[in-house]
Amino acid sequence: MVNLVIDGKKIQAKEGITLLEAARENGIDIPTLCSHESLEPSGACRLCSVEVTKGNRSKIVTSCIYTVEEGIKVNTESERVKKVRKLIMELLLARNPDSDVIIELAEKLGVKPQKRFLPDHDKGKCILCRLCIKTCETIVGVSAIGFSSRGATKIVGTPFDEESDVCIGCGACAYVCPTGHIQMETTGDTRTIWGRTFKMTACNVCGRYFAPEDQLKYISQKTGVPLKELSTCTSCR
Amino acid sequence: MSKIVKMEDLNKAKKRGLDALMPRKTKIMVGMATSGIASGAGEVYRALDSEIKKRKADIILKKTGSMGMDCIEPLVDVITPNMPRMAYGRVTAKQVPAIIDQILNGSIDKEKPTYYMGEEDFIVTGEKIKYYKGKKPASLKGINAIGDVPFYKKQVKLATRNCGLIDPENIDEYIAKGGYFSLYKALTTMTPDEIIEDVVKSGLRGRGGGGFPAGTKWRSCRDAEGDIKYVICNGDEGDPGAYMDRSLMEGDPHSVIEGMIIGAYAIGAHEGYIYVRNEYPLAVANLTKAIEQARACGLLGKNILKSGFDFDIRISQGAGAFVCGESTALMASLEGKAGEPRAKYVHTVEHGLWNRPSNLNNVETWANVPLIIARGGNWFSAIGDKASTGTKVFSLVGKVNNIGLVEVPMGIPLRDIIYDIGGGIPDGKEFKAIQTGGPSGGCIPAKLVELPVTFDDLKKAGSMMGSGGMIVMDEKTCMVDIARYFIEFLESESCGKCVPCREGVHRMKQILEDICEGRGQEGDIELLEDMAGAIIDGSLCALGGSAPNPVLSTIKYFREEYEAHIRDKKCPAAVCKALIEYRIDPDKCTGCGLCPRVCPTGAAKGKIKKIHTIDQKKCIKCGACVESCKYDAIIVE
Repeated sequence: MVNLVIDGKKIQAKEGITLLEAARENGIDIPTLCSHESLEPSGACRLCSVEVTKGNRSKIVTSCIYTVEEGIKVNTESERVKKVRKLIMELLLARNPDSDVIIELAEKLGVKPQKRFLPDHDKGKCILCRLCIKTCETIVGVSAIGFSSRGATKIVGTPFDEESDVCIGCGACAYVCPTGHIQMETTGDTRTIWGRTFKMTACNVCGRYFAPEDQLKYISQKTGVPLKELSTCTSCR
Repeated sequence: MSKIVKMEDLNKAKKRGLDALMPRKTKIMVGMATSGIASGAGEVYRALDSEIKKRKADIILKKTGSMGMDCIEPLVDVITPNMPRMAYGRVTAKQVPAIIDQILNGSIDKEKPTYYMGEEDFIVTGEKIKYYKGKKPASLKGINAIGDVPFYKKQVKLATRNCGLIDPENIDEYIAKGGYFSLYKALTTMTPDEIIEDVVKSGLRGRGGGGFPAGTKWRSCRDAEGDIKYVICNGDEGDPGAYMDRSLMEGDPHSVIEGMIIGAYAIGAHEGYIYVRNEYPLAVANLTKAIEQARACGLLGKNILKSGFDFDIRISQGAGAFVCGESTALMASLEGKAGEPRAKYVHTVEHGLWNRPSNLNNVETWANVPLIIARGGNWFSAIGDKASTGTKVFSLVGKVNNIGLVEVPMGIPLRDIIYDIGGGIPDGKEFKAIQTGGPSGGCIPAKLVELPVTFDDLKKAGSMMGSGGMIVMDEKTCMVDIARYFIEFLESESCGKCVPCREGVHRMKQILEDICEGRGQEGDIELLEDMAGAIIDGSLCALGGSAPNPVLSTIKYFREEYEAHIRDKKCPAAVCKALIEYRIDPDKCTGCGLCPRVCPTGAAKGKIKKIHTIDQKKCIKCGACVESCKYDAIIVE
């Protein structure tokens, strides 16, 4: 066990866990956007920044990556931390002025839009947190989407913005997206996502369209479970 | 190519190399680094080749790298037995027949050499090789020795010791100057710990920007757990206007390779990578050849010098992303992933390339290693400054008379670089500031011209050593515009992974653009300062962590220029087009008719011998009229 102090509270934490995990286990809230319990942290949004003091030196670190260390003092609300968090929220408010998630979080953190930053209207609700890409790569295992370009023009999409032939239409990206940027429409026997329309499979018991054919084929291939067995929806199984 | 296994083999290669360096007949060497080729050295080389063939002259023609004084390229060196080495600067193809005449006649009456070299320092071995014996020939009267040329006088060439002096494609010439003797010494007489100890003693700090002590890094990587370790050479030099590493890789690739083999042996690595940007084709070509030669000689591969140590190097070409110069982004790129950095809470010496212990150093750092092994850490640490030992190569560019690569002992004042080596500011203009450390460095004002060039002094002044770019600015440079330029570069080079860098630098650029275009608002300076602090604290990697430097340093030293732009809507240096006007001074205008002729939009008007005028609606502020006016009659403010 590792002994450390977070916001004045003495804490014992398991070796190897992150500051964010240690704080949350102890009821200390640190705001995050790009962190997800099922995915490796990337430290992209920087919202979970905290100030760590070791001896007489202190630095800003991202709590989602930084692991607990013996004897450190962590401040999740220091002036430096607040400044970083304020700027990040101002920048995101300007990038995604239509995102209710960002607006609500900014309100919660007491951050108002910075008038000097003209709002963007071409980025939708995407904050480039990369949860969708990582889910598609590491959980689904198909890597149908990724980044293109860099810097302020970076975007998420399928390669060359064309219909992806590896996408299985599972919608895990849309599900994990924290701001609801990814559009997925399921009507009747079709589902459209990332510009491609998938044919849905009807449950062989209740007849409800419940999953894209491609997704079931992919699962069958990966797990060796016959496709027929997968053609029953979860409610009827 | 014969195998090198024993000292005897090295000595044989050395002898062959010396014969090639100073042959028994005349040899001409043309500086054919990228800087030379850009100045027309290719044409000069071809002219020399055809002239030599035409006259059936018994002259050897070779290519070499750059001596650094790029402003006098194409540079042609003539080495005649028992004669001083003659260097002809700014040679054109037209002058070639006269130069060949002089060689054949043994005279120098037609084309005057720019300088001569009487002797050459073989810094690795500590030898001084004389080009001629006896008294200085009378014909050299009025020609400077290289040591008296102001550009070279204060330079100390350690890393660039061979650039422009050897044929980079001939391993024997590298060996002749002491090359690979350090490797022999290291592999046959030193333990890895002794090598690391010597590098620690030398005080060598990373030349790529961070200035981290190389010996300490090597030690951590050696101590890190893991059977497979890597050494990596960072040749992804991406700063605008900086080309130190390019010149080294082009002009002396073996120095980098030898440094890496020694490092690999000390650390316990058997595989090495040189990551070079795709925009450096000649560096890649010369490195590739050098690696092949080293392999053919048995200096790379299995059981090097019969020591039982195996090591080989592969070259990997980047695609020109500035951020790939950051070590973790570089390693991601080597792995075939997008060049995005990751947080370095876990160090790359423990978990780097493919999650294995990896030691990354910059080109110039590696090139210094053979010298440290040859002469000892103590010898090296006596050069330069206490906490910044040795030398640093800088690319001196911008508003300075002598443009080129300079290698100076650390601790030298900026003044010596700008005025003595650089020859001061052109056209009698005032020196205003110098940008060091590349785009994310800072601008140091003229009042700090005595600042010693060390890692720590530059940092204290709000700038940094970086990889060694030095851009000199004169009074006609607008510091807000300069900040805008660098921020725009960094905005486009941000990888986009983290919010503070991607969005923050982007917004900084928009505000700076506003200020330059007359839309600046009260409070903008304070906002920029606030943003800078949060971007530095909040960014994932050093790109974002240093991106605000150009803004902070220009605000710190030139705040009044920002205020003039914002409050008075004026650009004091008369650069920002939206804030300036071109007018004609009626007291000075003679009505000569020149400006109306050169004006591309018809804005400058007037009859001959009548005072001319400029129509503000048509004027695009291109400056053509100012350049044409002989009477200084055009006011820009």
